[in-house]
Amino acid sequence: MDLDALASCLASPACLVTQTTSGLIIGMLLFLVAVGLTLIFGVLKVVNFSHGAFYMFGAYFAMTAYQFTGSFALAILSGAVGTAILGLIFERVFMSRVYGRDVLMQLLVCYAFVLIFDDVVRMIWGPEFRSMGMPAAFQVPPLFIAGGVVPPYYLLLIGVALAAAVVLGLALARSRIGKVIRAAAHNPGMVSALGINTGLIYGGVFALGGMLAGLAGALAAPVRSLTPGMGFSVLIESFIVTVIGGMGSILGALIGALLIGLIRSFGSLGFPLFTEGLMYLFMVIVLVSRPTGLFGKEVA
Amino acid sequence: MTELQAGQSAQPLEVPRIDARPQRYRDVLIAFAAFAVLALLPMLFGSKQLLDFVIRCAAYGLFATSLNLLVGYTGLISFGHGMFFGLGAYGFGLMMQKTGVPIPVAFVGTLAMTLVVAVVIGAICVRLKEIYFAFVTLAFQMLIHSTILSWQSLTGGDQGLRGGIPRPPFLGIDLSNHLHLYIASCALLVIGLLLMRQIAQSPFGYTLRMIRDNATRASFIGIDVWRAKLTIFVLAALFAATGGMIMALFVSGAYPEFAYWTISGEGIFINMLGGVTTFLGPMVGAMLFLILNDTVTRLTEYHGIVLGIVILFFAIGLRKGLMDFVVEWFAQRRGAAGERAP
Repeated sequence: MDLDALASCLASPACLVTQTTSGLIIGMLLFLVAVGLTLIFGVLKVVNFSHGAFYMFGAYFAMTAYQFTGSFALAILSGAVGTAILGLIFERVFMSRVYGRDVLMQLLVCYAFVLIFDDVVRMIWGPEFRSMGMPAAFQVPPLFIAGGVVPPYYLLLIGVALAAAVVLGLALARSRIGKVIRAAAHNPGMVSALGINTGLIYGGVFALGGMLAGLAGALAAPVRSLTPGMGFSVLIESFIVTVIGGMGSILGALIGALLIGLIRSFGSLGFPLFTEGLMYLFMVIVLVSRPTGLFGKEVA
Repeated sequence: MTELQAGQSAQPLEVPRIDARPQRYRDVLIAFAAFAVLALLPMLFGSKQLLDFVIRCAAYGLFATSLNLLVGYTGLISFGHGMFFGLGAYGFGLMMQKTGVPIPVAFVGTLAMTLVVAVVIGAICVRLKEIYFAFVTLAFQMLIHSTILSWQSLTGGDQGLRGGIPRPPFLGIDLSNHLHLYIASCALLVIGLLLMRQIAQSPFGYTLRMIRDNATRASFIGIDVWRAKLTIFVLAALFAATGGMIMALFVSGAYPEFAYWTISGEGIFINMLGGVTTFLGPMVGAMLFLILNDTVTRLTEYHGIVLGIVILFFAIGLRKGLMDFVVEWFAQRRGAAGERAP
C-alpha cells in the first residue's frame, strides 16, 4: 500500500492527466468488450463465458493482417470482421443448441470453447508472447496536456470506442433493426409470431457482440502484448463491468467500464499489489447495495 | 428461472421414506465396506501411483461432492467454490508452519476459520440469484486469490507456501508416512461422503430440493429460504476446505492455483462429467477427470482442445453426466422389461 504516491498524484495535474488517460483507454476497451457481452445477455439470455476469446482473436487477426498488408486500417477491419464471422458460426453451430437449457450447460459449452480457442491460438500463432508494434503513423512524439503525457494513439483509441458507443446506442434506439432487436429481447415469441426470423436476429446479435470484442482486441493489439489466454483477464474484467452496470444495460456498461478503468489506473498507484482486488471489492460493494447492478432492472 | 426452464430441469422427486432408519444403516454399512476395500488396496497393489491417485480423488471428490450440494441439490451455481478449497489448504498449511499445534487442532482450527469466512461471504452471496450469484462468488474467489498473491509476507505470494508442512505424529498416526496419509485421506473421504449423504437425505436436504425447484413456494409454506441457502453454503464450504487440507498434506504446501477460479471451473466440470442428480455422480466425475487429465497431459501438449471436446460431448451430445446417463439407462431397461413381463 502506498497512499502517499496516490495523494501526491492527485495533487499534481500532470500525473492526474496521465493516469486519467490511461484509465480512459482501459475503460473504453473494456466497454467495447462488455457492451457485446451485455447485448448478448440482453437479447439471447445467455452469459457468453467465451467472450474473451473474441477479444483475443481480434488482436491476433489484426496482427496477422498488419504483417501481411502493412495497413493499419485493414488490420482493424479484419480484426472486427473476422471475429464477427467467427461469432456467427459459433452461435449457429453450438450456442443455439443450449438456449433455454439451464445456465450450467451454457456455461459449460462456453468453458469448453475457452479451452479450445486458447489451444487453437497456441497452435496457429505459437505459445510465446507476440507483439504487433505501433503503426508508423502513430510513431510520433506524445502530446503534453497540462504536463501529462498523452500518446496520440490513445486519442484514436478513445475516439473509435466512443464512436462505436454512439453508433450502437443510436442504432438500437432509432433504427428499425434496433427496434426489432429490442423487441426480441423483450418477447422473442411475439417477434417470431410476427414473421421475423429470430434465429437470424440471435446470430446477428452474437456476431455484433463478437465484432465489438474483436474491435477492442484489434485496437489493443498495438499497445498490449499478445498471448494465448489473453482473453481471460479481459473477460473477467468485462464481467465485473456488466455486473456492476447491470446485465443488459448499455449505459451501465459504459459507466461501469469507466469506473473500472479509473479504479485500475489510480489503484495501481495507491495499491500496486492489490489493484485486481480493488475491482472485486468494488463489485462486491455495488452488488451488496444494489443486487442487480447500478442500472439493472429488477427481475422478479 | 423462467417457467419453461423450471419445467425442463425439474426431475421426478424421489419421495423420502417415512422410516429413514433402514436407509441410514445401509449407507453406514456401504461406507464401512468402502473404507475396508480402500484400506486393503495397498496390500493388494503396492504401487505408489495408485495410492497417490486415491488421495487426489479424495481431495477432489470431497470438493466436487460438496459443490454438488449447492449446484445439484439447491440450484445455487457457485463459480467460486474453489475459494474454500484454497482456504482449507492455506489455513491448514499456515497453522502447521507458524504455530506448531498438533494436526487435529489445526484441522479443527481451519474448519472454524472456514466457517467464519463462509458465513460472512455466504450471507452476502445467497441474497443474489442465478447469474449474479455465480459472479459474486467468482468475485469473492478472485478477491481471496489476489489477497493471497499480495500478502507475500504471510502466504509467500505467487510462490505459494513452500518449505513443506510439518507433520508431527499424533495418536500413533504419522502423516509423513505415505501409507498413514493414504489411510487418513480415505477415512476423511468416507466420513465426509457419509455426512454429506446424511445431509442430502435429511428433511433439510429435501427442503433444499424444494428451494431448487420452486423457491417462491418454499417461502410461502414458511421456509426461511435465505437461512437454508446460507446453511448449505457454509456446510459445503467446510467439506471443500477438508478437500483442500488433504491436498495441502499431499503436496506438502499450498499454491495460489488452489484458490484460482480454474479450480471452481474444474469442480463444475467434474460435476457435469459425473452427473448432478445422483449423490455419487461427482465422485465418479472426479475419478474420470483425474484419469482424463493425467492421460491427456501425457499424450499431448494441447490438452485444452481434448478436454474441451469431451466437455462438448457431455454438454451437447449426452446432455447429462455419466452417472445420470447410466442410472437412466438402467431405469429405462427395467421399465421396458417390466412392460414385456406380464
